[in-house]
Amino acid sequence: MSARAAGPVVLALRGVTRVHGTGPTAVHALVGVDLDVRLGELVAVMGASGSGKSTLLNVAGGLDTPTQGTVVLGGDTLSSLDAAGRARLRRRSVGYVFQDFNLVPTLTAAENVALPRELDGVRAREARQEALVALDEVGVADLAARFPDELSGGQQQRVAIARALVGPRRLVLADEPTGALDSTTGEEVMRVLRARVDAGAAGLLVTHEPRFAAWADRTVFVRDGAVVDGTGAPSGPEVLLAGGAR
Amino acid sequence: MSVRQGLLALLAEGPHHAYQLRAEFEQRTGGTWPLNMGQVSTTLDRLVRDALVEPVEPSDDDVVRYRLTPTGRDELAAWWRTPVVRSAPARDELSIKLALAVSAPGVDVREIVQTQRTETMRALRDLTRLKADLPVAGTREDLAWSLVLDHLVFAAEAEVRWLDHVEARVARAALDRPVDGDVPPGPTSAPEAAHAARSAALGTEDGAR
Repeated sequence: MSARAAGPVVLALRGVTRVHGTGPTAVHALVGVDLDVRLGELVAVMGASGSGKSTLLNVAGGLDTPTQGTVVLGGDTLSSLDAAGRARLRRRSVGYVFQDFNLVPTLTAAENVALPRELDGVRAREARQEALVALDEVGVADLAARFPDELSGGQQQRVAIARALVGPRRLVLADEPTGALDSTTGEEVMRVLRARVDAGAAGLLVTHEPRFAAWADRTVFVRDGAVVDGTGAPSGPEVLLAGGAR
Repeated sequence: MSVRQGLLALLAEGPHHAYQLRAEFEQRTGGTWPLNMGQVSTTLDRLVRDALVEPVEPSDDDVVRYRLTPTGRDELAAWWRTPVVRSAPARDELSIKLALAVSAPGVDVREIVQTQRTETMRALRDLTRLKADLPVAGTREDLAWSLVLDHLVFAAEAEVRWLDHVEARVARAALDRPVDGDVPPGPTSAPEAAHAARSAALGTEDGAR
């Protein structure tokens, strides 16, 4: 992972506010959030339970709609589309990775990865080809014919990453992707996610594990629905051992 | 960190001269603990004095090589066998700063915690980048360096987790505080917050995981 030139913005949130309910009992899940995620960039979101980080991920992926503000996905403003258009955009440009893998148990790894492309309307054979490419990109091409219950947790999560970024998809939203994995396997999965993003994708990662968030280019901290701070992008190499790891 | 045992470990692999020892030590520990030649010479002198190491008799050039004596070998074997004792915590600036902050008037502990968390997260990210650049299936030297990096990574992670914990404890101490009007404000709050910080620092009460 080397310093990258800033790519085009894949996901942009501007003044995003999400309020549940009204009046005195209203809950402000998100308050005026601005966030850009560029191609080649992995951004981690950290915050305590209830801080709004999951809402942020849902709004970013078009699963939830902001009360105010805009979400721009790959150049299209979500709020300017009707429900069908939003669903189409969400389906074609965003992939999800969850803590518990969420692979379809009755489909092989290749079929799981091909599924979103078939839903896109791509012919089965072409979808399968794309799936094999996507599996190869995460280093599990040899597991294409296996069913999820024949795969380890780390392997299943690799398949899930392949599925999230199959075909033209460029944005992966990952919700605690290492939550069900041991320390070493979690690190391997982060390495794969990092490599996929470096190879031409954008990623937004919600995690409460600092060690896994550290694979991101930068971390933003959410508190009471607002982004309160961020690490900023890495400056350059070899800055840390000099002044020191205490 | 014991330079003494480190040099014994390297000499067990064969005779070395002082410059080789310094270079090897730094390479094997990933340059995390740079040594100067003075430290290496002084340590070698003491090892010779204690009969753990001896100079190798006449060499082709003028450079003196050293090797382990049987006693040195025993001392090294004992080092491998014995766990490293966890010493009393060093005076850590961060824990002192937070302990003082929770009981100081007009200091926003939450901001101190957040500023530190961002800084530590940045260091953790940079360490992870160094790690990511290492080949997954590398040489034994890569593995050695990677494990040293892991140690720094886990230490930084522990600090972030502790900061999360401090934030939660301080927030709870603020909530538990009697409402103004019931009891005179101020004096009651500081000791509670200080207590919260103290138990967070020592990992007692619900601080122990």
